[in-house]
Amino acid sequence: MGQKEHKHHHGHDHTEPPKDPALRVKALESLLVEKGLVDPAAIDEIVEIYETKVGPRNGAKVIAKAWTDAEFKDWLLDDATAAIASLGYTGRQGEHMKIVENTDDIHNVVVCTLCSCYPWTVLGLPPVWYKSAPYRARVVSDPKSVLAEFGTELPAGKKIKVWDSTSEMRFLVMPQRPEGTDGWTEEQLEELVSRNSMIGVEEALNPGEV
Amino acid sequence: MSEAQQNICLNMPLLPKDEEGPVFSEPWQAQAFAMAVKLCEDGYFTWQEWVEEFSQQIKKAQAAGDPDLGDTYYLHWINCLEEMVAAKKMVSLGDMQLRKEQWRQAYIDTPHGEPVLL
Repeated sequence: MGQKEHKHHHGHDHTEPPKDPALRVKALESLLVEKGLVDPAAIDEIVEIYETKVGPRNGAKVIAKAWTDAEFKDWLLDDATAAIASLGYTGRQGEHMKIVENTDDIHNVVVCTLCSCYPWTVLGLPPVWYKSAPYRARVVSDPKSVLAEFGTELPAGKKIKVWDSTSEMRFLVMPQRPEGTDGWTEEQLEELVSRNSMIGVEEALNPGEV
Repeated sequence: MSEAQQNICLNMPLLPKDEEGPVFSEPWQAQAFAMAVKLCEDGYFTWQEWVEEFSQQIKKAQAAGDPDLGDTYYLHWINCLEEMVAAKKMVSLGDMQLRKEQWRQAYIDTPHGEPVLL
């Protein structure tokens, strides 16, 4: 049974509201739903078609660079916000990023109830399951079984750390570089870094899985 | 892609898209896109009406000084969506404004990590 550790930043007694256009969309949708004019599930269904088409998906580039460039990796672990910004990928709401590194001993997983706390400037649109109440509750209480549902079996004794993102601090997981990738270029390595591996519910792909 | 979605791609030449279809730079844009598609699919307005209103919105924004370089595309979209919904007497603009402020307050009043509810 992997130990779990729930990191939570205290002192946040409110939630930062989204930007004006996002609030307008939310307002309109909630009114139309209340009047029975649209079915929220039908809206989600359309959005899901485009799930991979929302926002930049530069997280894999960041990770692949860290895997091949030790100096960049040190910087990224020390000050992810600045290191990521140096590649031209900046958050729009001034949020801070922190990279948590998977090692032989520790596997990291990220969670947050709200899509505003998903690092979409590097990961694109949050998947529907990430926003769901069951994921948030269960990844904290029983991360091992949640990972198992994603097909992720960790070696016995590996600790799982769960990181709760806040509006000020968003976490991104640096998966371990897969074996058998010596001499690979950044571009090749990028292909191995899935979105789910940066949320932490999966590991990076192996060379044979691409 | 549904017929309505194909219609948008054909009739909205400036829509940000790649070879497979529309792309969005922020999540709310996909939501606004989906709502327009759904309302049109369900017959609340036609694509012809949408395209006409949309071009009005762009003219209005340009007249107000928007250089209209593509980054404001979905602001025109949400303006258009609100006007269409109001014109079709589905929801009034005043109710939308009120609801928006209620949501803003709900976020401020909700401790981080709790679901935001009205």
